[in-house]
Amino acid sequence: MENEGKKKIWSEYQKEIADDHFFYVRSCIRQSFYPGSEQFFLDFMRNVLGKDVFENPSHTTCTGIGYHGDIVPLSTIMTVVARHFALMKESGYKNIAISCVTSFGIYTEILETWKHFPEELEKTREYLFKATGREFDIPENMAHTSDIIYKFRNEIAAKAKNLLINRKTGEPLKVVEHIGCHYAKMFPKFGVGGAEFPRVLSGMAEAWGGEVVDYPERRHCCGFGFRQYLVQANRGYSISNTAKKFSSMEPYKPDLVLTNCPGCNMFMDKWQYTIKEMEGTTYGAEGDSIPVLTYEELAGLVMGYNPWDLGLQFHMVQSEPLLRKMGIEFSGEDKFKTKDGRQMPVPQNLINA
Amino acid sequence: MTGNVVVVGGGTAGMEAAGQLAKAGLSVTLIEKEKDLGGHLKEWYHLFPDRRPGEEVLSYLKTQIAHDNIRLLTGNGVGGFHKKGSDFIINTSSGDEIKADAVLLTTGFDLFKSERKEEYGYGIYDNVITSPDLEKMFRSGEIKLKNGKTPEKIGIVHCVGSRDEKVGNLYCSKLCCVTAVKQAIELKEILNDCKVFCFYMDMRMGGALYEELYREAQEKYGIAFIRGKVSEVGVNISKKLVVKAEDTLSGRPLKMELDLLVLMAGMEMSDGGSKLASAGKLDIGENRFFTAADNHFGSNRSNVKGLFYAGTCTAPMNITETISHARSAVADIIDYLNNDRK
Amino acid sequence: MEKFGFTLSKARVIDYDANDRRIVDFILEREPSLKACIECGCCSATCTTGNFTGFSLREIHVLLKRGENDQVRKKIKKCMLCGKCSLVCPRGVNTRNVVFLARQAFQKFDSYAV
Repeated sequence: MENEGKKKIWSEYQKEIADDHFFYVRSCIRQSFYPGSEQFFLDFMRNVLGKDVFENPSHTTCTGIGYHGDIVPLSTIMTVVARHFALMKESGYKNIAISCVTSFGIYTEILETWKHFPEELEKTREYLFKATGREFDIPENMAHTSDIIYKFRNEIAAKAKNLLINRKTGEPLKVVEHIGCHYAKMFPKFGVGGAEFPRVLSGMAEAWGGEVVDYPERRHCCGFGFRQYLVQANRGYSISNTAKKFSSMEPYKPDLVLTNCPGCNMFMDKWQYTIKEMEGTTYGAEGDSIPVLTYEELAGLVMGYNPWDLGLQFHMVQSEPLLRKMGIEFSGEDKFKTKDGRQMPVPQNLINA
Repeated sequence: MTGNVVVVGGGTAGMEAAGQLAKAGLSVTLIEKEKDLGGHLKEWYHLFPDRRPGEEVLSYLKTQIAHDNIRLLTGNGVGGFHKKGSDFIINTSSGDEIKADAVLLTTGFDLFKSERKEEYGYGIYDNVITSPDLEKMFRSGEIKLKNGKTPEKIGIVHCVGSRDEKVGNLYCSKLCCVTAVKQAIELKEILNDCKVFCFYMDMRMGGALYEELYREAQEKYGIAFIRGKVSEVGVNISKKLVVKAEDTLSGRPLKMELDLLVLMAGMEMSDGGSKLASAGKLDIGENRFFTAADNHFGSNRSNVKGLFYAGTCTAPMNITETISHARSAVADIIDYLNNDRK
Repeated sequence: MEKFGFTLSKARVIDYDANDRRIVDFILEREPSLKACIECGCCSATCTTGNFTGFSLREIHVLLKRGENDQVRKKIKKCMLCGKCSLVCPRGVNTRNVVFLARQAFQKFDSYAV
């Protein structure tokens, strides 16, 4: 009964995802905390699939953090976004590939605002021209990079060296998939599969041999949200939401958590450490914590990239238990060495190390 | 008196109207797209407010149409119609053309498709069922979960597909609250030890004996009523359903495990009726039901002279009201044929 | 143990299945009219105590039914037993007796109460 109903829902939430010629806009948090992810995306798209992914070095942050933190007003962020569209126009690109889910939410929100309030679009044209002398067009296609990886998930499966299967038991790995709230909750039609039973990450996990876990707090927000998290005093109830998700998924003994939002990835990863320090609670099997991976990192593992090239060592929760389950070879020695073999300082108190 | 009337739709309203028209001496053609007559009445095991078997009402209606003046066309739908002077030409789906002096549309309602409320997981989670699904269990005499076990905790969700902006139905389907209370009582009678929880937004008990039924449900059967719309349904590791609602009267969110969840699916304008509305340029309201010519004394009349409505194709109504509405349509038709038709 | 400047918040959710409903069961056995309560708030509206304190008899009925006894334990002592609530209840609930029985039940089940 379960799958038939879901397939019907997925068929109603299909979206157009462009095939090639992307203008890539990066994510502030993912660049800094999970740098291997965006590197994998570019390497995979350009060198494996031979696609054209263009980056303009003068693109800036979308200022989503500031907007959601009540520091950047709406007209400013609309102008910043319009500037990115202007950069796209100048380089001749019509498809935008967005790396961050908050950005994706901002872009969709702004495009919908311009659709329903054309006077705002006109004002933005004016502001941008006055500030920078640039002019812009609205992109033809807007995709989140997880949509693009979803689109090419079968190509990744075809080239897979390590499927999401536990080598010892032969069972599929249990994957908790967690989409960012701004990916689909605001406008379900912009998310593959909608907001209730999203398909973008579960489609990837299943194409690569994993089994997706449905747990009661599946839809719950991880608690990120800039305003409540930026102010230290508010962080308590922010982190409590992550704790709520983890206690809900714990009985299912998941092998990994898969996310497409930088904030969710950061929270689910780092808060496991914080909760462990504050309360001594861990959520994985036998006192371990659950590795939290971005979809690019997971795709990279599946395709046989070196885990240290993917940057897994920079996570709070180390991925060795997952790597062992998947039968991926890794070198403990090379873990904290630079590409040219120099030893970097080794962090203390790693979880799951 | 003489005259030809075509009645489109062989449910409660259509059968009653056909019977009354025939008694008045008119020639009636009753067209029904399904093989069997009776429409949605066939789905209900026992009817509120007095819990009498629906079969008895169906038998009554069947005797009403056992009349020489009535020609029955079942398994046949109506594709379209047009007016030629004062005559109506009705096209059936089998390709026939029927001429009529007056037309009565009794196309009824369609049940809201509960899969559209994705958060309730109908069609995805086992043990999430609709009110008609539950009636089937009442008919069989056994209430069982998908795995064959007997449920101990049962939840009922009011307002599924009604009073809901997200699915485009702003209206109240009127009958679901009393149906929920009736079904809650029936569940307690079959499974004495089970606990039943009704999650409501408002308790709309606006019919004869409805409020008394509500009180009986509380006092005699101990059914719990929680004011708060269910927002999410999930499944936990013990395969029980987990529902979230706000307990609005204490102002706090509430979480509960249940074995079975029954969705009170609302009424929508029938698909067949909608098609006839656009084919015949008949006025429909924002709620997509047929608009009556006058809200107080013209509830059976349409914007086309000689074309009348009866029953749930105009608005959600119960069986008593449907039968009364059918009779009032007949009075209007007779009046039209005697006085108004040119 | 690290101190990060914030703590995990306690959930506000009423976990229906985890709650203990012996108090309300005790009351319902002895005052079955409570079953007819529809939480309309007529009792709270007229309540002497409710005028000046956070005591809402309607809310107390709901909390007892859910098993949220901790929220009721102290508040229930505030009632002055004036009986105005019973006068106005449209469902005929003997609300005054509900308060009496609630106090008895708390004494009985809270073994540390004097």
